[in-house]
Amino acid sequence: MSSSIHINRDEEQTYGQSGRSQLKVFLGYAAGVGKTYRMLEEAQQLKRQGKDIAVGYFEPHGRKDTIAKAAGLELIPRRIVAYRGGTFQEMDTTAILSRRPATCVVDELAHTNVPGSERSKRWEDVQVLLDAGIDVMTSMNIQHLESLNDQVFQITGIRVRETVPDWFVKSAAEVVMVDATTGALLNRLKRGNIYAAEKAQRAMENFFKESNLTALRELALRQTAHELELREIASASEERRPQQEPSSASPSSPKATIDRILVYVCADASTAMLIRRGRRMADYLGADCFAVSVIPLRDHSRLPKQDRDAVAKHLNFARNLHVETRILEGDDAAETIVDFARRNQITQILLSRRNHSSWSRLFGTDLILRIVKEAKDIRVIIVSERRRSNYTPAHK
Amino acid sequence: MVNDSSQRPSPEQLLAQIQLEERRERRGKLKVFLGYAAGVGKSFQMLDEGRRRRERGEDVVVCATQPQYPAEIQAILPRLEVIPALKTGESESIDVPAVIRRHPQVALIDGLAYDNPTGSPNAYRWRDVEQLLEAGISVITTVNLQYLEKLRDEVERITGKRAPYSIPRGFLDSSADEIVVVDAPAIESLLHGATPADRAARLAEQHKLSRLRELALLVAASVVDHQLESYLRSHGVDQPWGVQERILVCVTPRSNAAEMLESGRRNADRFQGEFYVAYVQQPALSQEDRAILQQNLDYARKLGAQVEILSGLDAVDALLKFAHQKGITQIFIGHSMREGGWRRLWSNQVDRLIHSAEGIDVVVYPH
Repeated sequence: MSSSIHINRDEEQTYGQSGRSQLKVFLGYAAGVGKTYRMLEEAQQLKRQGKDIAVGYFEPHGRKDTIAKAAGLELIPRRIVAYRGGTFQEMDTTAILSRRPATCVVDELAHTNVPGSERSKRWEDVQVLLDAGIDVMTSMNIQHLESLNDQVFQITGIRVRETVPDWFVKSAAEVVMVDATTGALLNRLKRGNIYAAEKAQRAMENFFKESNLTALRELALRQTAHELELREIASASEERRPQQEPSSASPSSPKATIDRILVYVCADASTAMLIRRGRRMADYLGADCFAVSVIPLRDHSRLPKQDRDAVAKHLNFARNLHVETRILEGDDAAETIVDFARRNQITQILLSRRNHSSWSRLFGTDLILRIVKEAKDIRVIIVSERRRSNYTPAHK
Repeated sequence: MVNDSSQRPSPEQLLAQIQLEERRERRGKLKVFLGYAAGVGKSFQMLDEGRRRRERGEDVVVCATQPQYPAEIQAILPRLEVIPALKTGESESIDVPAVIRRHPQVALIDGLAYDNPTGSPNAYRWRDVEQLLEAGISVITTVNLQYLEKLRDEVERITGKRAPYSIPRGFLDSSADEIVVVDAPAIESLLHGATPADRAARLAEQHKLSRLRELALLVAASVVDHQLESYLRSHGVDQPWGVQERILVCVTPRSNAAEMLESGRRNADRFQGEFYVAYVQQPALSQEDRAILQQNLDYARKLGAQVEILSGLDAVDALLKFAHQKGITQIFIGHSMREGGWRRLWSNQVDRLIHSAEGIDVVVYPH
């Protein structure tokens, strides 16, 4: 009935493993909590201990205390890039590689490089440094973590465009929370320590609302605890490995059975959210995760081009998050999915509630209900976009 | 059913609220730097904040220090005014009368969890702090997780050791206006202590510290969650809203309740969330069904769920209404195992629930 015509197996990275070199991420919940300050303070300590350390990129934002903290540290000059009549300053990765410090400080991991740069994202530059054996200390805010993109949107109403994939953060040896109270942060903002006055006013009306900040702070604390837990589990299994102990010998083993998660990929825009959720669940459960789409048997052109493009984009997104992808052929999407799930010992199927594209019309309207009906032996999770809703009961 | 007027505070409540706020305003503010071990950098962060405040023109005074400081802290201390502690043999205590006479805006106290020497007016340092706060002096202080009475048992489970001092449960909850977690990798705090020589002991120690570190982060997260809730309440938003997961497991006499309940419990634990179990009353249950239902609900209570018996003409409406009241983020339901007409009815209900549960995830469990 269905056949698998595309296989993509990404090499899974384990927690805290990034080759020989080490990545340390300072995680905050907003601009101004003190990530850069803390990172530079640590750089100064390392320097005092005689370590070879250089600053590859740091963003002073005109903050007096931060600038003072950088005094005496070696700064590798930035690269000046001309683009569309303006000039931009970017981290000079080539210069860092030739200077080759033992440890390099790189601020603002989620930064997007100006078009025409060798790599489009700063985290990709950091990867190059790590691959070259340079330890990196870097900073980012919680809202830039890819898998939390939807949750952050739900909290703040702001769709963050610059994201760092979870697998990259996962490869860090350490993730450290840089905490500050929301009150202190708002005071810093009012004093003009974070942004210039006009921008500060705008910031306070939008992202820097107290409720937003408080929710993001909680998110960052929980995420740091979670990152720590993942590393503990990974190091515990690492410890067990040499003795060849069966995993069942450990009573604290986090899971008895191996979960396998299937994320249904269609053209609908909510698919990106679904893939993020799948990735996140898989990380929590230590599960395998597949992103699966179904195309009509033989005649692919029955799908509108824009739908095909959207699916291709979603599958690509899944690969970027290190989720395995499969494209199945079948005329009945529900049947094809359930059949694939059975043959691959899938334990959980993730579907999105918003599914009203021409895609689902093509396959019959109620794909969700059909899958629920067919897959009685599999857990089916219908994922909603988290927004506040206005439910009115049918019976008063 | 929640009555709207029951949410409106009475005049007495309002008065009490105003008095509390007035008292709060006169009182100094307490800010606590919470760490999970010595060497994570609490003292540095606190004293560095003191330095920055002083440079901004605040009147800041150091009232208690630790005996030994690394270079980066020794660089800060000369830039701050210190009121010397009283010495009684080996132990030190804050010179409370001197601090109150000097009356700074902010007092820095490194180490909240100390017993004062016998014969001191206050037996515990946290009482000194209370006195300073009452006098209208704000206090910034540091404390390690293991000294919080609230967490003593949990810390003991991890470390096997019981901390000698403790800060009572009520003190931080009622007095601390702000709490900041000072986080650092376990390996770094390990370097500050006496490092065990052999690798296995070192790893075990590091593992313990990591668990304490996780506990500190989660404690801070739950404090922040309470802040978020009270902020939203005071701004007229009564719907629980935030980053917590709130799970609702719907049981019927014939659903495979055990698996759902256990999974609900695990999920709630993992996300530090809340865990509800609901049953919608149905007419004319057989004796056998009633017994199974009772068993399911007992099990739910045993797992620590908040169990709700709902009633309503329509089961789906009753469940969704409850879910929206509680800000539920995930509903767990089971395929019914029952044969015949009732099964069709149930699967129709599942379909309707999936259709109507806007904004809530629906998880359908297999038999």
